[in-house]
Amino acid sequence: MLDDFFIRALLAGIGVAFVTGPLGCFVIWRRLSYFGDTLAHSALLGVTLAFTMEFNIALSVFVISSMIALILIQLQKRTNLPGDALLGLLAHSSLAVGLVVIGFLTFIRFDIMGLLFGDILAVSVNDLLIIWIGGALILLTLKFIWKPLFASTVNYELAEAEGLNPDRAKAIFTILMAAIIAISIKMVGLLLITGMLIIPAAMARNLSSSPQSMVILSIVGGLLSVIIGLFTSLEFNTSSGPSIITAALLLFILSLFKIKQSIKLKN
Amino acid sequence: MSSDQNILVKLNNAGFSINDKWLVKGVSLQVEKGKIVTLIGPNGSGKSTTAKIALGIYKQIDGSVEKYTNKIGYVPQKISIDWTLPLRVNDFMVLTERLNNETIDEALSLTGVIHLKNKNLGDLSGGEFQRVLLARAISKKPDLLVLDEPVQGVDFTGEIALYELIKKISDELNCGILLISHDLHTVMSATDHVVCLNGHVCCSGSPMEVAKNNQYKALFGEQASQILSRYEHRHDHVHTDEGEIKKN
Repeated sequence: MLDDFFIRALLAGIGVAFVTGPLGCFVIWRRLSYFGDTLAHSALLGVTLAFTMEFNIALSVFVISSMIALILIQLQKRTNLPGDALLGLLAHSSLAVGLVVIGFLTFIRFDIMGLLFGDILAVSVNDLLIIWIGGALILLTLKFIWKPLFASTVNYELAEAEGLNPDRAKAIFTILMAAIIAISIKMVGLLLITGMLIIPAAMARNLSSSPQSMVILSIVGGLLSVIIGLFTSLEFNTSSGPSIITAALLLFILSLFKIKQSIKLKN
Repeated sequence: MSSDQNILVKLNNAGFSINDKWLVKGVSLQVEKGKIVTLIGPNGSGKSTTAKIALGIYKQIDGSVEKYTNKIGYVPQKISIDWTLPLRVNDFMVLTERLNNETIDEALSLTGVIHLKNKNLGDLSGGEFQRVLLARAISKKPDLLVLDEPVQGVDFTGEIALYELIKKISDELNCGILLISHDLHTVMSATDHVVCLNGHVCCSGSPMEVAKNNQYKALFGEQASQILSRYEHRHDHVHTDEGEIKKN
C-alpha cells in the first residue's frame, strides 16, 4: 500500500495536520505568524545545506531554523530595531542567501518549485517515518509544556508569579516551530507552511468557544484541507502545497458564515 | 511574635530600576502565614513594583528576595488578555493549576460570580472580571496571596464584602497576604502590618502606629468617619523629580 505515492502523500499530510493543528493555535494566540514565515524562509538554506553535505533534509532544516530563531533572540536583545523589522531582515536574507547558494550548486538537479510549494511525488517511506515519529515527539513535548505555555500566552506575569517558568516553555515552543517546519516542508513547501499553521487555526477560532475546542477543530480543519487538497492536486495536477492551502481557505470562508449566524442569533 | 518558619516571603533592602531610574528602592518587609501586610502610597510610589519583586517577576533587582513557598495566588493590577483566545471563566480558573469542579464552583461562589462560569472572559464587565481574578487566585488555596488592588471597579457593597472575604480567607487558609490598596479605610481594620511607600519605605508598622505617625493622624482621628473615603498622603520630607528624598 505504501508503494502508492498518493497513499504516502495522504499519510504524510494527515501526520502533518495533527501537529500543525495545536501549534497553529499557539501561532495565532501568540501572534507568531510572521515568526513562522521567517523560520520557513530560512528552511531553504537548510535544504541547500542538506544537498551540499548529503545530509538528511528534515534534520538540516531543523538545525538551520533553530539557529535562525536563536539569532533572532540575540538580535532582539542587542539592537534597537523593532521585532518585525528583524523578522523581515532574517526572512528575506536567509531566503536570498539560500537561492544564491542554489545557483552555485549547478551539479545538482534542483526542483525549486517543489521546494517552494510542496511536491507530493517526493514523499518517500523515509519521509513518512520522519513525519510520524517527529510529529509524535512534537505533540508529546507540547503536551508537556502546555500549561506554562498556555498560561503565559494568557498572561505572562501570572504564569511567572505562580511559578510556571514561562521562559523555558517559550524557548521549547520555538524549537517545536522549527521542528514542524522541518517535517512538513516536503508536503506544503516552504512558502506555504505558515498558511498550514494559521488558516485551519483561524477557521477553528471562528467556530470555538474554548481553547480545547479550538485545538480540536484546528486539527479537523487541517485534516480536511489535506485530504481535499491532495485529491485536487491529483485530479488537476496542481502543486500539493497550494492545493492544500486553497482547501483550507475555502473551509475558513465557510466558517465565516457560522459567525454571521451566531451574531444573528445573539441579536 | 514572628518565628522564622512562618515567613513566606522576605524582601531585604530590595530595589528595582529601569534605565537607571529607580522605581522603588530599599524596601525591606516580610509576609508571614496568617498575616495581612498592606502596601499603601500614592500613584507611582512603587507598590506594584514591590509586589512584582516579591513575586519574582522582576529578576534583575537590587538587594534580595527570599521566597519560602511556591503556592502563590496573584491578582495583578492590570491584566491585558488577548481576546484572540477563546477563553471562558471556567478555562481561566484552571490556568495555572488543575482544580476539580467543586473547588472551582466554591471559589466562584465566594466571590459571587458562579453564574458567569461558562461565559466568555471577554464579555465580562470590569467588576465581574475582578471578582473572577480574585476567585482564581484563592481557588488554588495558596500559601501566599498577592493582591494588587483586588477590588478595583467593584461596586461599593461588593468592595466591603470582598475585603471581608479576603480577611476570612487569610484566617481560614492561614495564608499570608500582601495587599495593595488605595482605600485605606476598608483595609485598615483587617491589616496586621502597613508599609507606606513613596519610592522607598516612608513608614511602617501596625495600622495604629502608622495612623498615629503624624501624617495619618488626620485620617484616623475623630472625624475619621467623615474623611474615610479620602486618603491624604503627607510627608515629613519632599521628593525631587527623580524620587530622591529632600529633607526640609
